[in-house]
Amino acid sequence: MANTYTAIATVTVGSGGASTIEFTSIPATYTDLNVLASTRSTGDQASVNYCQLRLELNGNTSNYSDRLLYGIGGLGAGSLSYTNAYVTWAGASTDSTATASTFSNVSIYIPNYASSNNKSISSDGVTESNATNSILTLDAGLWANTSAITSLKFTLEIGNFAQYSTATLYGIKKN
Amino acid sequence: MPTKLIVDCSTGVTTEVELTAEEVAQREADAVAFAEIKAAEEAAAQAKADAKASAQAKLAALGLTPDEIAALN
Repeated sequence: MANTYTAIATVTVGSGGASTIEFTSIPATYTDLNVLASTRSTGDQASVNYCQLRLELNGNTSNYSDRLLYGIGGLGAGSLSYTNAYVTWAGASTDSTATASTFSNVSIYIPNYASSNNKSISSDGVTESNATNSILTLDAGLWANTSAITSLKFTLEIGNFAQYSTATLYGIKKN
Repeated sequence: MPTKLIVDCSTGVTTEVELTAEEVAQREADAVAFAEIKAAEEAAAQAKADAKASAQAKLAALGLTPDEIAALN
């Protein structure tokens, strides 16, 4: 892999679980950020086997908006939009009712994270389960804030991150 | 008490910290707020679908064929 793609930090959840995963003091020395995450929730989202993976930037809880496309094995496809939300979609996570030891796979991309413009966030994720209701999500998000991004905080719609959930933050330089 | 994992990217050090009571309360409030947003968005989408179905039914009652109604979309 090109040396312009650098793993900044990796975290793996231990046996006690964790309610949030945070990357702090992110250096401004890269052009873009990419997070690859594999997660599972300890919670049970009613009637499905997945839940929302959420992202909060710089500890800020305002001015997020999203356009989400999704496909669910047994339930069809659709879209959702959110405005004035307090977090952005970062994909989906398996929940505690998904097949044992299955996790989601999510890629979150944030271009020009240190710029003085509003920030765009895109994510591409899928959950895994030996059942009909796994979900695939494609999300385009906007954080209407001109501050450089220095921290990322991931949370789940329900429950805590289960043991072995993991996330790696990559920094990408244009040259 | 739930914990949070914090990775300091300047040092690479990961620490596990218990949530404060305020953070737990905020988390619960956030969950309620998101559920409200989600419900409102879904209700709006359902209302739009219902209105479309109602309009199509009225057009059919006026004698338009399904093809003619589809041509209006």
